[in-house]
Amino acid sequence: MSNTKTQISVRNLTVAYGDFVLLKNADFDINKGDVFIIMGASGGGKSSLLRVLTGLVPAASGQIVIDGVDFTAATESERSKIMQKCGILYQSGALFSSMTLAENIALPLRQYTDYSDKLISELVSLKLALVGLTGFEEFYPSEISGGMKKRAGLARALALDPGIVYFDEPSAGLDPISSKMLDDLIIDINRSLGTTIVVVTHELDSIFAIGTNSVFLDAETKSIIARGNPRELLKNPPNEEVYKFLTRGAEKKYAK
Amino acid sequence: MKLDFNVEQKKLKLALAGDYRDFDDEEAKSRLLGAVRGGSVREAVINAGNIGSWDSTLVVVLYELIRECRRADVPVSYEDFPPNLRRLVELAFMVDRKPSLPQKVFLPPLETLGTFGISLWRSIKKGLGFIGQSLTSSRRWLTGTAVMRKVDFLFALQDCSYKAVGIVSLVSFMVGLILAFVGAVQLKTFGAQIYVSSLVAIGMTRIMGAIMVGIIMAGRTGASYAAAIGTMQVNEEIDALKTMGIPVADFLVLPRIMALTLSVPFLVILADFMGIVGGGFVGVLMLDIPYAEYYKYTLDALDMTNFLVGLFHGLVFGVVISLCGCYFGINCGRNADSVGKATTQAVVTAIVWMIVMTGIITFIFEVLGI
Repeated sequence: MSNTKTQISVRNLTVAYGDFVLLKNADFDINKGDVFIIMGASGGGKSSLLRVLTGLVPAASGQIVIDGVDFTAATESERSKIMQKCGILYQSGALFSSMTLAENIALPLRQYTDYSDKLISELVSLKLALVGLTGFEEFYPSEISGGMKKRAGLARALALDPGIVYFDEPSAGLDPISSKMLDDLIIDINRSLGTTIVVVTHELDSIFAIGTNSVFLDAETKSIIARGNPRELLKNPPNEEVYKFLTRGAEKKYAK
Repeated sequence: MKLDFNVEQKKLKLALAGDYRDFDDEEAKSRLLGAVRGGSVREAVINAGNIGSWDSTLVVVLYELIRECRRADVPVSYEDFPPNLRRLVELAFMVDRKPSLPQKVFLPPLETLGTFGISLWRSIKKGLGFIGQSLTSSRRWLTGTAVMRKVDFLFALQDCSYKAVGIVSLVSFMVGLILAFVGAVQLKTFGAQIYVSSLVAIGMTRIMGAIMVGIIMAGRTGASYAAAIGTMQVNEEIDALKTMGIPVADFLVLPRIMALTLSVPFLVILADFMGIVGGGFVGVLMLDIPYAEYYKYTLDALDMTNFLVGLFHGLVFGVVISLCGCYFGINCGRNADSVGKATTQAVVTAIVWMIVMTGIITFIFEVLGI
């Protein structure tokens, strides 16, 4: 079913809110070190799939195995252990507004480690430096820009040196330069730390710049209609829906 | 600016001529659409050769006409159409996907009642679950394992303690004043206006002080809790807490419940005092009761039992208000409108539950003879 390189294995997964089904019988594997893109049109269930992968919403049916542990059947404490290995960057950054950036990043460290205050402070400075925010320790989220909030959110997501980092629409609301900076940061983290990255996005520039593997969710059929390296999918689109999406619907310009 | 059309040999011809701005001839529109609906039309031709200026009101007419033709399977042809008008009409029909809104199902009465019962039971279960989480969280705090920041507690305490002193003082003073006035009107008829002091002292300490503080704090702090936590829900901060494995009840609910439960009894004491001062203001300055006499009768009427009953009410109200505020904040939707709704629900539910709890407490104390 899954080989040794597989870090996240999704089998027969159905995502639904009550009777409203968003995704049916999804099957895919995410390998260690992948930059895995979950793409598709708006309303296709990308963010909902991410919420299921991170345990915020229970799966309607199916199985998610993370590092060999069945996440869907795990107890609360098992889930908590799995989630310690995962970092998440939310669309808005989701920094706690009543805390400084340093306090935000220190929170998971205080929760899950017995590190001294000094070590935590040093780790916080390091994580902020990694995302290019050296010296912003005492700033509150309201005092920094949207792009900086996302980078600070990423620093918090990286606090516990996770093996997997999930990104929900990282480029949303960012200008092209900030968006490119964030993409570069994702690639750097992936290459230097070997972190598996799972990104939910529909930003084509980001998809082609960072993606090594992907699935395409279709809102009409509520299923995965394409999978593979996004650049390969662009070269050999398996169907018109994917082709249109990857070419921004500009058939004439890109027609074969 | 009129809709000239005719139907000849099952062919509808619409000739647009002149300006079509602010076109609002409902009757003409009905006649035009009625012609298509009648079923006698097999083809439609719209000629815009003599059209002048136009705006969206014309596009609406064309959109409805073409939609009606499509429904009736009538082909439409366009003659001498300005390209921008043609493009606009085409755009209106370029819907790539039908909305997949859930269809409304009308259930029979018995099933409706059953559905209501189930949803009510779910709400009760959810509410009880939340109270259970809060209790578990309190237990964790007692054992020193709760993830609660001292600064959050202090911040919440500051917000619901001295910052509320002004409004609690003012409102309680006015309530004491009103109580004295209302009481004086009746007591005067018996020449017993001196007992205004007793009325105010007993009324404020036993229940009015606590109720006034409860209502003020529900509107002030309960609403603020719901709005603050609801906004955190919108900003995905609560998701972040959950995925970090930090219990939301520990981190967000516990400091607020502790702060409010601790501060409300002190505010009740303040309200009692200010209410008595308000009553004294009326008694001494307006009813001409000598100050010493008013003071003596007030002291005589003050009773530790009533005072403690008032404080107990305050303690319960503190828990109720904070639970309601936090519950509706955490269960808030993910948009700005939901935050408003959560805030309203928090205040209304807190006040309703305060009244219910007052009834229960009064009944129990009555049975116990307190």
